[in-house]
Amino acid sequence: MFSRAYKAAVTLPPLIWVTAFLLMPYLLMFCYSFWSVSAAQTIEHSWNLSNYGQLLRVDVYWQTLLRSMWIAARVTIFSLLLGYPLAYFLSFYAGRKKDLLYQLVIIPLWVSYLVRAYAWKTILGSDGVLNTLLQYVRLTKHPLEFLLYSPFAVVLTLTHIYTPFAFLPIYAALEHIPRNLVEASHDLGATPGQTFWKVIFPLSIPGVVAGATFAFVLSLGDFLAPLLLGGPSGIMISNIVVSLFGAAYNWPLGAAISFCMLLLVVSLLFFSERLEKKWSFS
Amino acid sequence: MELLVSDAQFDSGSRWLLFHAVAVFAFLYLPIAVLILYSFNGEGVGGFPPHHLTLDWYRLLFADAPIWDSVLNSLQVAFAAMVISLTFGVPAALALERAQFPGKALFRRLVLLPLILPGIITGLSLLMLFNVTGTELSLMTIILGHGTALISVATTEVFAGLQKLDRAQEEASLDLGANYWQTFWRITVPNLKLPIIGAALLIFTLSMDEIAVSFFLIGRDNTLPLEIWGRLRRGITPEINAVSTIIFLFSLIAIVFWYRLRMRSERTTDAGAEIVAVVEGDPA
Repeated sequence: MFSRAYKAAVTLPPLIWVTAFLLMPYLLMFCYSFWSVSAAQTIEHSWNLSNYGQLLRVDVYWQTLLRSMWIAARVTIFSLLLGYPLAYFLSFYAGRKKDLLYQLVIIPLWVSYLVRAYAWKTILGSDGVLNTLLQYVRLTKHPLEFLLYSPFAVVLTLTHIYTPFAFLPIYAALEHIPRNLVEASHDLGATPGQTFWKVIFPLSIPGVVAGATFAFVLSLGDFLAPLLLGGPSGIMISNIVVSLFGAAYNWPLGAAISFCMLLLVVSLLFFSERLEKKWSFS
Repeated sequence: MELLVSDAQFDSGSRWLLFHAVAVFAFLYLPIAVLILYSFNGEGVGGFPPHHLTLDWYRLLFADAPIWDSVLNSLQVAFAAMVISLTFGVPAALALERAQFPGKALFRRLVLLPLILPGIITGLSLLMLFNVTGTELSLMTIILGHGTALISVATTEVFAGLQKLDRAQEEASLDLGANYWQTFWRITVPNLKLPIIGAALLIFTLSMDEIAVSFFLIGRDNTLPLEIWGRLRRGITPEINAVSTIIFLFSLIAIVFWYRLRMRSERTTDAGAEIVAVVEGDPA
């Protein structure tokens, strides 16, 4: 029923815009990653692989990438450990309060990322709320220094930020499980534990994969929480990219690292999509 | 699920689950509560117990010209980004639902990618584009960045609305002699009113809060999050808590408004479903 002209009119403007402001920039990033910076601080448009070679050769780059992945992995695990039981509770036990509680999980998502990271800083600092509270109730004599400016602070803050993201797809998956399957399992004599592990959990795996992907990818690329709370030991790969684009002035090397991150993210999305398809029952 | 709850074994399990849920909610709301409480604390951002409750930080905040300049900048950016995202996001949803063209799969992925991609990659790739084309960084470049990244939000929202739309009305309109342009404005858009308003609100709020993309595209004029960021680097006072508390209040108002809209429509999807859709690669 829609004419060719209609289809062209709705397709071309977004297609052109997205090509100009998403596709071209990504391709440009790819190009930059083969260029280099001359002694006079100008970009040399000669094509070679030296930036990628440097990533493999210089320890600090791949070590920081590994550390970032380890931080992101911990954030993912903690977000799932917090998010899954919460989603399960809401979906199966919350009764009429379900909708209200669901909104309560969403609300923190609307509070600015920066504001929440800042709030953790005021809690964890050596004169912060937590340390002064501990001294006030005489649990410690001196402030605990490891709380702030450490990977611990980064993992804690990012877990706080991404738990709702992990919760949402899990909750959606649990809500889609036909309740008569659960009742059938119960009627056929399965214990509640068996029902959970053999019926409910397998059916919720697509949600778990989606939530895990979200938490991992978004925390992997974070640079603001490490800058604010990480200290020297909490530096992540994006912080290196930021400094390469700033004070260190080596855009091509920064572009190479960014492009690797882009590839990593896209391949993770690809695999998580495959995994979800494999485990989805509908 | 009364069946399960009555089971003795599950009962202890559900008590554990309840305890866990309370703990997670405490974890999620603790920083927000601390933030608000200490915005009234005369002694600074830390220190337990808080004392000398005061409104001084709010008074200081209201007299703080740079903050209000940045608020104005952010409002402009958010409004312009909203217009761009809707202008291209609504047709993109129509294209994905109704047209077949080469490269459609790539187009779909490209449009949705910024929602899950860390902001640093979107920000830096645009920075390189502006650098190569010799575009000076300003609020305009931030608007282009936000507008482009948030097309994804408009597209997912409107696409979900389109799938529930009855095409018969559009068909009737076309049969009765209206052209496509008239049909679009008189039938399609009014039927998509709620998803479009929902998307607009979401885009506005996300843009007001956005920092990772803006971080790289900023010119001389600061947006509110970047103004706050600058102050955090210089040392912190409860004035930041005060401005954060006010932002939180406005976000709350936006949420309530948004959910009321949702309640009026029959749609059951929401921000959560949207995130799920994006991760799962919908709209397929």
